[in-house]
Amino acid sequence: MKRISASRELLLLIAIALLLALIASRFPAFVTPANLAAVFNDTSPLILLAIGQMIVILTKCIDLSVAANLALTGMVVSLINIAAPGLPMVVIVAIAIGFGILLGMINGILVWKLAIPPIVVTLGTMTIFRGVIFLLTEGKWVNSHEMSDAFKAVPRTEIFGLPVLSWIAISAVILFWIVLTRTTLGRSFYAAGGNPNAATYAGINVGRTQFWAFTISGALAGLTGYLWVSRFAVAYVDVAGGFELTVVAACVIGGVSIMGGIGTVLGALLGALFLGIIANALPVVNISPFWQMAISGGAIIIAVVLNAQANRSPGRIILKRAEHAT
Amino acid sequence: MKRRTFTSVVVGLSLAASMMGTTAIAQDNMRIALVVKALGIGFFEAAAEGAEEAAGELGNVEIIYTGPTDTTAEGQIEVINSLIAQGVDAIAISANDPDAVVPALKKAMDRGITVISWDSGVAEGGRQMHLNPSSTDLIGNTIIKLAADHMPDGGDVAILSASATATNQNAWIEAAEGFLPNYEGVNLVATVYGDDLSDKSYREAQGLMASHPNLKAIIAPTTVGILASCQAVTDAGKIGEINVTGLGLPSEMAGCVDSGATKSFAIWNPIDLGYSATMLAHAIASGAEAAPGAEIPMGRMGSVTLDDTNSAAMSDPFTYDSSNIDQFKSIF
Repeated sequence: MKRISASRELLLLIAIALLLALIASRFPAFVTPANLAAVFNDTSPLILLAIGQMIVILTKCIDLSVAANLALTGMVVSLINIAAPGLPMVVIVAIAIGFGILLGMINGILVWKLAIPPIVVTLGTMTIFRGVIFLLTEGKWVNSHEMSDAFKAVPRTEIFGLPVLSWIAISAVILFWIVLTRTTLGRSFYAAGGNPNAATYAGINVGRTQFWAFTISGALAGLTGYLWVSRFAVAYVDVAGGFELTVVAACVIGGVSIMGGIGTVLGALLGALFLGIIANALPVVNISPFWQMAISGGAIIIAVVLNAQANRSPGRIILKRAEHAT
Repeated sequence: MKRRTFTSVVVGLSLAASMMGTTAIAQDNMRIALVVKALGIGFFEAAAEGAEEAAGELGNVEIIYTGPTDTTAEGQIEVINSLIAQGVDAIAISANDPDAVVPALKKAMDRGITVISWDSGVAEGGRQMHLNPSSTDLIGNTIIKLAADHMPDGGDVAILSASATATNQNAWIEAAEGFLPNYEGVNLVATVYGDDLSDKSYREAQGLMASHPNLKAIIAPTTVGILASCQAVTDAGKIGEINVTGLGLPSEMAGCVDSGATKSFAIWNPIDLGYSATMLAHAIASGAEAAPGAEIPMGRMGSVTLDDTNSAAMSDPFTYDSSNIDQFKSIF
């Protein structure tokens, strides 16, 4: 298991390196450190959402409402910023995370207590969240001149040469790598998705684990919501429209199994970077927009085929300690 | 049901009253009704302002600014029926649905009321003429001109559009490319598509700046694209180097104009539109013939010539810059 996932990430790393080499051959300026840092910064929202999505997928669920959660939370903090421009940014960020958690918990409760299939729950909440934005604003936009300067400055502020947006993504990668590999909750995500029956016998409440997965995904989506609207300095109903599919694609490319139980933070990170590099490179290498879609789609299909191959390994060990005990 | 009966009674009564009084009223004051998609929308409030301006110039004209409270065809039909009952002389409508309002407007024309549509058109059978805010050619020319005006020495420009399949934008871009030879030294180096998504448009704008180091202007004939380009140029610290222009709404573009990333942009002027619609309604109600090829005057906006479908384009889109953005940003 460990060996497969390691080789999987190595494979992706090689693919990214090849991709960069290919782009560099057509547009050398793309691989300068400054531009790569800009690409990483641009991909940061996707990385944050992909980590949340990966945790949800680990538990055999899926969260299609992430982009709508992002848009709603982004709109809510924008409106709060208009109403109270003097509010410290720490409070705004806390509200964004808190509101995102609330929306994530709605998904989690419905999946846990009412046992509705997650794809149906989140398809519903996705539409509801977008609808609520329309109710809040009647379709009006919040524009850059209505947002306070401090509100727009946070993701752009540079610390040690990297914007805060990038640092948040890096911190999230480290934090959730620790959570998933070193905590009981983290391991129970793998157990609940890898083999729900065994997990139940091992004393893990599968429903509650899924609830926490949705909560984490919601928190990250809420945080990204604020970062998104402040970075692009505009909030409206269709912000990040269709982005949930890009997020799922990043997970799939990163080797996260849609069947649950398999996936790592590193994989999600690399999957997001792979898509981020393609998205940033295609405009500069001068390829028709119709080809751009086909290339992104092709990358997803290849990844799914590779996943299917890798997952054909016989049997999986969920808990290392349990294996030694028997 | 109860309400409808009541309404029809009222309509019947006032109809009878108006039939008796029509001639008397028409002589002292011409009453022109400006019917909008819904009340309370800044764009239409501004159009009403223009209509009042026209009424002031014409003298004996009274403007009735009206519309439903939400953007439904049903609401507009009720409004039209009540206007017929009041015996107005002309109706100028921006329709919520091109076909649904036709029967009601036909009824109005049968009673001798002049009917024209403006902004959002009515099907041919339901109006005497239609006034478009602008035309594909005028828009295509304007977006290139906006960029060229701020590039005395010429240079590279790029277009950032909505999706590659967007009908409006593609028509405007095609027209713009046709006008390009008129602007010497202006070089269109790329046309990219941001799909009307902030993040993709932002990335495309970054890509344009990276692959065309001598870029002088980004032209975005779409509201999402122009805002995202403005933000990308601002973040890249290239304000003053690259001018972001195209089509946008003053309320959304105020920040970009303030920062200097956008020197000017364009969109139809609602005040001119309301003014022109009123002038045309007045002219036709006073006896001007609305037929293909006819030329009808509209005061300070010049005149329009009707095409085969009895429609016409008002003017170039109106240009907004730092001198007038503050006046318009609160309007629409």
